[in-house]
Amino acid sequence: MPDIDVRINGIRYQDHVEPRLLLVHYLRDRLGLTGTNVGCDTSNCGACTVLVDGTGAKSCTMLAVQADGTEITTIQGLAGGEGAGAPEDWHPLQKAFNAEHGLQCGYCTPGMIMSSVDLLQRNPDPTEDEIRHGLEGNLCRCTGYQNIVKAVQAAAGELRAAGAPGAVVGGQS
Amino acid sequence: MTRGPRIGDPAPRPDGPDKVTGRFPYSSDLRAPGMLWGAAVRSPHASARIVGIDPAPALALEGVAAVLTADDVPGRPTYGLAVADQPAFARDLVRHHGEAVAVVAAATPDLARRAARAVAVDYAPLDPLTDPAAAVTAAPLHPNGNVFRHLIVRRGDVAAAAADPDLVTVEDTYEVGRQDPAFLGLESGLAVPAADGGVDLAVSTQFLHADRDQVAASLGLAPERVRLTLAGVGGAFGGREDLTLHLHLCLLALRTGRPVGMAYDRSESFVGHVTRHPARMWYRHRATRDGTLVSVEARVLLDGGAYQSTSAAVLANACCFAAGPYRVPHALVEGWAVRTNHPPAGALRGFGIPQVCFAHESQMDALAAALGVDPVDLRRRNALAPGDALLTGQRITGTAPAVACLDAAVAHPLPAPPDDDPLRRPGGTGLATGPGDVRRGVGVAMAFKNLMYSEGLQDLSTASVRLAVDGGELVATVHCAAAEVGQGFVTLAQQIVRTELGVDRVVLRAADTSIGEAGSSSASRQSWMSGGAVAAACAGVRDEVLARVAAGRGGRGEAFALRDGEVVSRDGGLRLPLAEVVGADPVEAVRVFTHADTAPLDADGQGDAHVAFVFTAHRAVVDVDPALGSVQVVQIATGQDIGRALNPLAVTGQLEGGIAQGLGLALLEDVVTREGRVATRTFQDYLVPTALDVGDVVATLIEEPEPGAPYGAKGVGEAPTLSSIPAVVAAVRAATGRRLRRVPVRPAHVALGEDGVAPFVVPGGPAAPPGVVTGPEGPLAKPALTDPPGVAELPGGEGGA
Ligand code: FES
Ligand code: FES
Repeated sequence: MPDIDVRINGIRYQDHVEPRLLLVHYLRDRLGLTGTNVGCDTSNCGACTVLVDGTGAKSCTMLAVQADGTEITTIQGLAGGEGAGAPEDWHPLQKAFNAEHGLQCGYCTPGMIMSSVDLLQRNPDPTEDEIRHGLEGNLCRCTGYQNIVKAVQAAAGELRAAGAPGAVVGGQS
Repeated sequence: MTRGPRIGDPAPRPDGPDKVTGRFPYSSDLRAPGMLWGAAVRSPHASARIVGIDPAPALALEGVAAVLTADDVPGRPTYGLAVADQPAFARDLVRHHGEAVAVVAAATPDLARRAARAVAVDYAPLDPLTDPAAAVTAAPLHPNGNVFRHLIVRRGDVAAAAADPDLVTVEDTYEVGRQDPAFLGLESGLAVPAADGGVDLAVSTQFLHADRDQVAASLGLAPERVRLTLAGVGGAFGGREDLTLHLHLCLLALRTGRPVGMAYDRSESFVGHVTRHPARMWYRHRATRDGTLVSVEARVLLDGGAYQSTSAAVLANACCFAAGPYRVPHALVEGWAVRTNHPPAGALRGFGIPQVCFAHESQMDALAAALGVDPVDLRRRNALAPGDALLTGQRITGTAPAVACLDAAVAHPLPAPPDDDPLRRPGGTGLATGPGDVRRGVGVAMAFKNLMYSEGLQDLSTASVRLAVDGGELVATVHCAAAEVGQGFVTLAQQIVRTELGVDRVVLRAADTSIGEAGSSSASRQSWMSGGAVAAACAGVRDEVLARVAAGRGGRGEAFALRDGEVVSRDGGLRLPLAEVVGADPVEAVRVFTHADTAPLDADGQGDAHVAFVFTAHRAVVDVDPALGSVQVVQIATGQDIGRALNPLAVTGQLEGGIAQGLGLALLEDVVTREGRVATRTFQDYLVPTALDVGDVVATLIEEPEPGAPYGAKGVGEAPTLSSIPAVVAAVRAATGRRLRRVPVRPAHVALGEDGVAPFVVPGGPAAPPGVVTGPEGPLAKPALTDPPGVAELPGGEGGA
């Protein structure tokens, strides 16, 4: 079994993993990081999106061994470290999804937020169309996306106002 | 404590913080020490005889704890919401692709799946029955027969209308494909065996008590030994009303004596839960030349799949609302819900009405074209109003703002014309559509639907509210078994308690079966029913508090009310801290809430079968590339009857989400079956609308408080899905001139103009219906509804030929 050495939400893990273990299952089943959800088996829904070295990736399309040497941030590390933190420590996207009613059942939300982090890093001032294109790989069955778009716009505004590029690597926002 | 949102305020979700931080526990996140994992063995055939099942190869794998089959069900071998016709495991016969034959428990999810594949099932495949029209006369697939329900709704005299040569007639056949609920959170749960020989099950569901009763019957246990708790639900939409893995989990836990978890993957989910009923419909409308509807005749055939589920009630909805929200003096509607070898169909957002709504609105547009009148005017002219009668003879005693919804939908400014951005064109990111290829179309549709259960079905909810002082602070605790599936009942319950008791800190206990039932989170009913139960329990608490104050003040309690943590006299002159009155002695009240009784339908489909109605209208704007057949929805405008918006945030979310599902059925979502087998089992080929597909939504809420409804509010979970479907299709027709009698509309239907809809075949009738006429666009079936023999003498129905 290969070894991996990976930082996840700011914590270093050195582990033996089966070569065929998917990253999402490593996160959920081995580390108990169940905030990252699984909605399909075919890389279509985006519920499992995490940041790998700061870039959005669907963790069901990656093997755990491919994460060797990377820094990973899941929804549970977005507010810094393990655990969720107090609302004032949340990432502006977390605040905005909560405040703008950008979720109902919330199952898509972790992936939606992580994809939005990636989107705002690349484009700090996206138009509505650019947000829709940027989130095309994330399905939501409940909201109809309107409030998700609003939440991303609100967070982008907050990030720009704070002068922060919105970069998140290894749980440090 | 800051002042929390009251009724009518925009209220954020109490579970929002946990959901945006990844802490919210979904049913798929549950773990227990020493747990095993279950996996089902499912039939690859739509119809087959089971010759033998050999569990030995699975049991030989190290780490496999159990393989269970039909022989291992200690109680009732079957289950079902209305009729227990569905086996816990197929015994001798499998009746649909994906039917469970056995279930295994093993040390890991992976091993469980491998073990399930190792169970050797010997099938002798049979020819599946896949044509619903043939089901009535085909050999029965099940001891209960192939007709779940045959229903007639007869009003006035359609024959007289047929005899009037001055009327304008439009007639056509329509089809609706199979829509999957496609909730994002897959079926999952955890069962833990209990010391008393019972079992505790945490599961994502819509109706805890119905699950419990079905599971307990098959386990052979008293219901109180089977305790269910709602685990985090990742969407539902009707698709979690039926049992899925509940019983299998409990059987495994009781057999192995260990906790057992289970989670479907998406391909299993596609065959493991109910879908919307595919429908074939034939319609004939007649109207005067000035555009007054005179008669509607309709035949509605629903494919219920292998087991009954809620088919009978879905058919009743389809038939009762077959003509849409219009005054129709003469009507004859005949409906069938039948058994086939397709996976079972059941509840899905709209419950039988999306199907007929597509047909009746397509007919209204065809009628407007035949009359040369504006389709909006035609609808306005015929729209139902308070006091009008439905096809069932029932008079509308509540509000009926059909016209207000329509006017509001069309009053929204139209979006800007197609611009130069190539990404916005219907060819999408492939840039397949050139700048001159875009045609814009606008379509309008309206609908109405019943709220709550109908036809005399028991309909109630139970809630308790407990007021206590904790660390000097007042805390109200609510307990109700209503399933939060994303719709926002948890938010509403808090708003109600704050409004009624003036207490800001409101805690919700987990929904479970330790309290009386709340009914299902379906039928747009929980705001009314469980909202009503919570409000009633608050009233009980208030009465007790006031009685305490009165007892201390010589019986003058009626002079007091609760406001913002105080007991005050009506004139505000006297104020007592509520915390002082409650003190160390908490006040608790439990209340059961019901609505006015409804009646069954009689032999002519007449009766006051429904409680209340919600109205809605949609206007869709689309851009189409006619050569490619691709469609981009630009905007959907809606006017939505809401009674009163209890939480504008939640209402808007329901509208936008419901519209996206309607749009999905109109253009994208189709479970394709071949020889009864489900071919679309991933999101690669079953297309759920993305953020790019949905376009913009603009909404006007019509607030006319509904008499008798708690706070005057109407549930709005389903209405947005209804007329968004025909509105989108009407817009595509307007852009292209295509006929489009089937949803989902496929690109080929638009590009090539052939929608593939075959003439309607009367179930149980002769293979070629009499009176086939050739219309302007090919042969049309002309079923003899208005000709002798009358409908009652037609073959078919429960006792039919
Ligand atoms: S679970 Fe990874 S994309 Fe769906
Ligand atoms: S909120 Fe339910 S899937 Fe997005």
